[in-house]
Amino acid sequence: MTVRTRRLGALILATGLLAAACSGASTPSPSSGGASTAPSSSAPAASTALSGTINIDGSSTVYPITQAVAEEFQKANPGVKVTVAFAGTGGGFKKFCNGETDMNDASRPIKKDDDGEGKACAAKNIEYVELGIATDALSVVVNKDNTWATCLTKDQLKKIWDQGSTVTKWSDVDPSFPADPIKLFGPGADSGTFDYFTETINGKAKQSRSDYTQSEDDNALVTGVAGDKDALGYFGFAYLEANLDKIKAVQIDGGSGCVEPSAENVNNGTYKPLARPLFIYPSKAALKRPEFAAFVQYYLDNVNTYVDETGYIEAEAAVLTKSKTDLAAALQ
Amino acid sequence: MTAATSSLARRKATSERVIETLLFLAAALGVFTTVGIIIVLAFQAVEFFAIVNPVDFLTGTVWSANIQPYHFGVLALVASTMLVAVIALIVAIPLGLLAAIYLAEYASMRVRNLVKPLLETIAGVPTIVLGFFGLTFVTPNLLKPLFGSSIGTFNGLAAGLVVGLLITPLIASLSEDALRAVPRGLREGSLAMGATKFETTRRVVFPAALSGVMASIILALSRAIGETMIVVLCMGTSPKLTFNPLESGQTMTAFIAQISSGDTPQGSIQFKSLFAVALVLFAMTLALNLVSNRIVSRFRNVY
Repeated sequence: MTVRTRRLGALILATGLLAAACSGASTPSPSSGGASTAPSSSAPAASTALSGTINIDGSSTVYPITQAVAEEFQKANPGVKVTVAFAGTGGGFKKFCNGETDMNDASRPIKKDDDGEGKACAAKNIEYVELGIATDALSVVVNKDNTWATCLTKDQLKKIWDQGSTVTKWSDVDPSFPADPIKLFGPGADSGTFDYFTETINGKAKQSRSDYTQSEDDNALVTGVAGDKDALGYFGFAYLEANLDKIKAVQIDGGSGCVEPSAENVNNGTYKPLARPLFIYPSKAALKRPEFAAFVQYYLDNVNTYVDETGYIEAEAAVLTKSKTDLAAALQ
Repeated sequence: MTAATSSLARRKATSERVIETLLFLAAALGVFTTVGIIIVLAFQAVEFFAIVNPVDFLTGTVWSANIQPYHFGVLALVASTMLVAVIALIVAIPLGLLAAIYLAEYASMRVRNLVKPLLETIAGVPTIVLGFFGLTFVTPNLLKPLFGSSIGTFNGLAAGLVVGLLITPLIASLSEDALRAVPRGLREGSLAMGATKFETTRRVVFPAALSGVMASIILALSRAIGETMIVVLCMGTSPKLTFNPLESGQTMTAFIAQISSGDTPQGSIQFKSLFAVALVLFAMTLALNLVSNRIVSRFRNVY
């Protein structure tokens, strides 16, 4: 083969590869919701061609539930693409109120008076529906080789986690604990878990010490706690349940004795004060799209299955009924 | 000159000039990009320093960018960066130099042609893979058995060791080139005077190649300071001023990666602090480059 032929061949090959790469990159536009009949309330709408893109962000606590719902929904509706991220409740609200996402997962209610949340949404005319979907038993966890911290009181937790805390060793918490340095893991300031924990334990939302390993990714916190005998961390119940071979829960004494985080203790009201409701906030504008309306309807109709799968606690029946009613009202 | 040859000369000159300009533009593009980066960093950093006192920034030891009350003491981040870089050098300098001496002085051609590319393969491994290796192999299998419970999953030692592994080929390769550049006459003269091979290497060849070796070490240090993925995975995200390698921390690069991974609103103070930290990082590597140039010119022996 002459040099010229070889060059020509290489050029054709390169052009061919380029064309193949570029043509594969096109995605369906989000506004092209395929026409469909009214969304069925039980099974995912498999018959008609729903299509489009759905963007969800927000709480890492709610993420496992939403992700499970999204996977099943996409299987039944291959034309719809759902992406779920976990920037944290606060981080997600910032994006939601900027119009970047269709729905926000939240492990605490939206702050209506906050410039970054309620007011920002109002300023951009983003209306939303608050839908309660499940309950979490926010868990304080330690490494499975930790034999001393079986129960901590609310005051002890406040002593460890409050702003300006001087606790550096386990013996600072309780003199009977060993004098090992305490290693702390927790969510960062964008997390709803962080907001809820600091408000409930420290007394004021976002008031916390700052010299601990911060991550909005709860799996990173699990890795951290699982790898260090002297570690202490806090995150959503599902992450505890999924890693019981490496970490274990600390019983919380909220004033009436030590209580383990569990579904029964949340439902009978004894796991105080760390039982909290979980929400999703779909935007009303996005609900006008048939594929998104179908998704949220499917979510509410099937949430208990996924809540049980991921390890959280089902919301009370009254809460779910109210959510379905609110959704129906918003869809009108 | 006749008319024909003079027009020939002019035509050549024009095309030559065009090519020269294009080549100059290509080179200038690199310079402009660097200058552009400095300008962007400086602009945003100036906004940051309007809010935060630069002295507090440069001398403060508490770094809390996400949790109020905000503290922006960059020394906490610089300490972790230097800790990782120093551990990396402690690992890489002996390994790299000994490998370089072996390859340059003792190895046969066949061994050299086999080993040198293999060594450089380590430098080609994506840093995120190395970081993953550090987190899932080095810490649980090498460090935990050694230190027991005083070391956590995220620690500076693992990060330093893996970064050291990354920069060893850099030092080995460049030092080996420097050693080979020493004229054979020096070696032969030394051997002729009765020195053993190792004495020759230690007292004649190595000092003669010192400027190249030092340049390679400083280049490796710059690389270690700027390393991001390995420290993000191995060292964690808890910024505090500590020189204890068994603890977790956060380097400047890891902080920049954490903030710029998309969840920080533009214009917020965390976003602006990014640029201030990047400016400090840039200044550090620039200073290292200047020092390296001075050292090279000072130690260089011209043969």
